[in-house]
Amino acid sequence: MSLRLPGTLLAEIGRHGSAAYPAECCGALVGRSGGNGAGGKEAVRLWPAVNRRTDDPHRYLIAPDDLRRLEREVRAEGLEIVGYYHSHPDHPAVPSAYDTAHAWPWYSYLIVRIEQGQPREAASYTLDPDRPLMHSEPLEVLSEV
Amino acid sequence: MSVTVTIPTPLRGFTGGADAVELAGGTVGEVIDGLLAAHGGLKRHLVQDDGRLRNFVNLYLNDTDIRHLASTETPVREGDVLTIVPSIAGGRPAVETELPKLSHAEVLRYSRHLLLPEVGVEGQRKLKAARVLTIGAGGLGSPLSLYLAAAGVGTIGIVDFDVVDLTNLQRQIVHGTSTLGKSKLESAKARLIDLNPNLKVESHEVRLSAENALEIIREYDIVVDGTDNFPTRYLVNDACVLLGKPNVYGSIFRFEGQASVFYAKEGPCYRCLYSEPPPPGLVPSCAEGGVLGVLPGIIGSIQALETIKLIIGAGDTLIGRLVLFDALKLKFRELRLRKDPECPLCGEHPTIHELIDYEAFCGIGAAPAYQGPEIVAEQLKDELSEKNDELILIDVREPHEWEIAHIGGARLIPLGQLPDRIPELDGHAEIVTYCHKGSRSMKALEILRGAGHSRVRSLAGGIDAWAARIEPGMARY
Repeated sequence: MSLRLPGTLLAEIGRHGSAAYPAECCGALVGRSGGNGAGGKEAVRLWPAVNRRTDDPHRYLIAPDDLRRLEREVRAEGLEIVGYYHSHPDHPAVPSAYDTAHAWPWYSYLIVRIEQGQPREAASYTLDPDRPLMHSEPLEVLSEV
Repeated sequence: MSVTVTIPTPLRGFTGGADAVELAGGTVGEVIDGLLAAHGGLKRHLVQDDGRLRNFVNLYLNDTDIRHLASTETPVREGDVLTIVPSIAGGRPAVETELPKLSHAEVLRYSRHLLLPEVGVEGQRKLKAARVLTIGAGGLGSPLSLYLAAAGVGTIGIVDFDVVDLTNLQRQIVHGTSTLGKSKLESAKARLIDLNPNLKVESHEVRLSAENALEIIREYDIVVDGTDNFPTRYLVNDACVLLGKPNVYGSIFRFEGQASVFYAKEGPCYRCLYSEPPPPGLVPSCAEGGVLGVLPGIIGSIQALETIKLIIGAGDTLIGRLVLFDALKLKFRELRLRKDPECPLCGEHPTIHELIDYEAFCGIGAAPAYQGPEIVAEQLKDELSEKNDELILIDVREPHEWEIAHIGGARLIPLGQLPDRIPELDGHAEIVTYCHKGSRSMKALEILRGAGHSRVRSLAGGIDAWAARIEPGMARY
């Protein structure tokens, strides 16, 4: 599988991460998938979420009620949630054990490193169907036409 | 019963692409068991090894989270829709700081701990790395800080702004006769460092308030509440919930004590137990009602024990349990505490997101207490010698206080008996009431005035002021 997204969305994720620094930001990637994702997924817009974990700057949580609302909203647009993004403040863009333990299959998990408030590299991962392992997936950044 | 289970996109790879599955069952649990039996690949994503739902899997029966119903025991009806909704969680790894090493001298000092597999070298190193804040260096703060220091907790912060008084030493064993009149922080620090020179003591000589609480508490792993008043207790609780810290709670009165661990991440908070403070004045403080000196020793030691268990991760802590101790009966009782989903602080829809004005919340200063006319001790002395028989002096304290000391010529009528004994008093007499320090006697004035006595005054500062200025030979307490 692979994840495609416009460069403007990636820049937006970076800005969200910088604004939340030193805490983590999180949100959903809204777009399309070819059926069950075999043909890759494409994000067309972001849905910046409210991080419901306020007790620990190194954790994020998107609450189920928020997700149910978003699901209804994107379905009406003929889109779907293809994955989620979050930032790793001062830490590489690789999934932590906590990320892996809480991941769902199929979704893309895009992580961006925020170093001293500045966005750095981003990478996307999916969960192995047998858990508990995340695989890196190709991240295709589209430039504006 | 036939129920529709809707399958979210990420799990459709395990149901052959189906977005909904029809299943039979009488309860949510039975339907889920049926789902897992039909589509085994879902198992590792939905349930833990012990068969319970993973904490980031949410089930909605029609439009309600089953946690608000009877959980997996919730009965289902024909045509119900059960929806699987993910929670999305993650985050970068916590900074794994290396635990501090133990010196040979420390290994020897803590050898009785190191022999316990539940503590061991690793637990002892966790204790050394731990930062614990104790609120108050009084009755509870004394034993708990002594035991934490002896156990090898690396850093203890103490918040207090009082000085050591002779009435403290009946129970506040971290202080001593040689430190009378010194600040409690200075006194406690010297004793704790003497007990364990490896310890780092951080002194916060302030009254904990909404302005400084977050800043102080943020720097510690665990907070131990040894306060004696409601505004500070709610303040400590709220700050701990907002910062995600465990709050090891203890309280004492006369012969009874309680202890629990409030940790909103894993269980209830103090507000889940007591959403509102009692009306001001209803619950007397230890200074008013007294306390058996050994009682804080027991409750404070339980607090130290729970703190150590939280640090080393051993045993079952008091999270979700309230222990009640009765010293006279020598009985421990235990109450199960439940997290209140409606809790304004740690419930599902919290309305408190920052610290508030706790004095106002507890009704202190809101409604001014009755203020009647007072008489100072010198004036009372003069009037007693002049008029003698025309003046009735009433001591409204308890008989055991009367036994410690009383003013010559006074009549003992404890405040609780006063309303019934008003007929004993001459309706035209001039009355002066007194108590220990002046507040109960003001309540007595209110009662007497209500019963039609107009010539009544209260001794300002009570028998304590009388003993200080008129009769220096009188015992004070």
